[in-house]
Amino acid sequence: MQEKQVQATAYWRKNLLYLSILLGIWFLVSFGAGILFVDWLDQYQFFGFKLGFWFAQQGSIYAFVILIFVYVGLMNRLDREFDLREE
Amino acid sequence: MDIQAWTFLIVGLSFALYIGIAIWSRAGSTHEFYVAGGGVSPLANGMATAADWMSAASFISMAGLISFMGRDGAVYLMGWTGGYVLLALLLAPYLRKFGKFTVPAFVGDRYYSHTARMVAVVCALFISFTYVAGQMRGVGIVFSRFLGVDIETGVIVGMIIVFLYAVMGGMKGITYTQVAQYCVLIFAYMVPAIFISIMLTDQVVPQIGFGSAGLLDKLDGLSTELGFAAYTVGQKAWIDVFCITAALMVGTAGLPHVIVRFFTVPKVRDARMSAGYALLFIAVLYTTAPAVAAFARTNLIQTVSGMTYSEAPGWFTNWETTGLIKFDDKNADGVVQYTGSNETNELSIDRDIMVLANPEIANLPAWVVGLIAAGGLAAALSTAAGLLLVISTSVSHDLVKGVLNPKISDKKELQIARIAAGGAVILAGYFGVNPPGFVAQTVAFAFGLAAASFFPAIVMGIFSKRMNAEGAISGMIAGVVFTAGYIAWFTYLSPETNNPDGWWFGISPEGIGTVGMLVNVTVSILVSSRTPAPEKEIQEMVEMIRVPK
Repeated sequence: MQEKQVQATAYWRKNLLYLSILLGIWFLVSFGAGILFVDWLDQYQFFGFKLGFWFAQQGSIYAFVILIFVYVGLMNRLDREFDLREE
Repeated sequence: MDIQAWTFLIVGLSFALYIGIAIWSRAGSTHEFYVAGGGVSPLANGMATAADWMSAASFISMAGLISFMGRDGAVYLMGWTGGYVLLALLLAPYLRKFGKFTVPAFVGDRYYSHTARMVAVVCALFISFTYVAGQMRGVGIVFSRFLGVDIETGVIVGMIIVFLYAVMGGMKGITYTQVAQYCVLIFAYMVPAIFISIMLTDQVVPQIGFGSAGLLDKLDGLSTELGFAAYTVGQKAWIDVFCITAALMVGTAGLPHVIVRFFTVPKVRDARMSAGYALLFIAVLYTTAPAVAAFARTNLIQTVSGMTYSEAPGWFTNWETTGLIKFDDKNADGVVQYTGSNETNELSIDRDIMVLANPEIANLPAWVVGLIAAGGLAAALSTAAGLLLVISTSVSHDLVKGVLNPKISDKKELQIARIAAGGAVILAGYFGVNPPGFVAQTVAFAFGLAAASFFPAIVMGIFSKRMNAEGAISGMIAGVVFTAGYIAWFTYLSPETNNPDGWWFGISPEGIGTVGMLVNVTVSILVSSRTPAPEKEIQEMVEMIRVPK
């Protein structure tokens, strides 16, 4: 029982670490590139778009999709590592 | 065949498909009625969630809104997709592990309190009714514009269809119809977008065409020439853009009809995966919408600006009769002056037209126009059904089974769920025919309230073992009262101050849910730190939902 507790805590810590990194990126691509730094990024061109505009209307959404799938991959690995994978 | 014949044919076929699915997928138990037996595959659930989420507003109104807002339209694009990251990372897997049927059930159990559950039920009902009335209205409008029947008849036909599969099949019927509806709506959205992308930019993929052929530079030039703001430059203050985006994201993640979809998959890892699929399917439409917005805006300006009125194309006069295009020849020269200045501008255009009339403006074949109608109906009906299910489960499971009569049999509960769903369909239809004046303004309410109530309460319930009933309840109430009060103040009590100078820190009522969420969190933490920690069993429950097994 104790052993299981320790395992669960370690699993949760790792999960929190993944969450903070992924949500950091989530914030950067949307609130950062799409809102706070959008005018500054607009000085660069990207496939015919101004870069800030592209992040605001396209890039952030692609990044969101990628973030979720990366999370899925990381967590599936973590589930196996801690023997917490459901059958 | 003409447009109307094509529309009848395509809409008729899609309806026949939905009814077929309804008959095939009848629910036999509350487990099937509430969560489709918990056996939906992640891929199917992803599609169903996408259809559930994308409403008449996403399909019909969003591209039009963006085409008039330019870069600032990004608040909807990011706001209505970014919430899925929060949902996938912070809510879906844990709620799936918890394994109950409704969001209020989680709130009630986690905070060991009927009061908490009832606060959640009231919020869920309010959000869902606000939203569903808009969907039924959307159904009525599509019917009246494309099929030439009046709005009332349109709403009634829509009600019958939803009634068939939502009341008979519950979540099971809804899920598989939503899968079909996703296919219909995404096909209907992409076909005209691809056609127009090829016409304007020679690119098949609208997401690429949008940036090619100097389209955006041309659009900026056309806009500024006519006295509008440049398309790719923002007009709103950054703080307002920030807060609206955050409120929509957090609100999305807190909407009960979206959260409940993750109760239908078998495993925790399926819940994570289906959130990924859901956003992928949503992103197909959401990355196309800004391209459609820019194409439609360019096409519109090029067609109507400086056009001699007597030579106006057929679609122009058709939409004029519906009142959605208005031409007022102020200088009586018979030519349409479309400008950004109130004094000289002679043309007003309803933003909904941008998607609905786009195929006609671009001269696409009649069947494409018929597709748009079927797609709009699929978007509206799928969302309406998801919301009706939330209403029905809130009544039968949270109110009757949870509080009034816990000993009720499964069969009896299922009966009540069906009656509640039926009643909700009728009420939604009534609001669709007689829309209360508040519907348009209350979209901000629905998101703001979800952001200020459910989202923080659920997230803190998972990520903090210390959060207790006193904290969560007072936080939800403070968040809701603050948000509702701010919106009500600027929409009803003091509408003359509803402008950036009147708002607090320049935050519009649309974005105030973000502040409401912060109020909720602050109050929750303050109150819970001064009241006893939850019982040991509750803390163990929190530990249990944090791991998949």
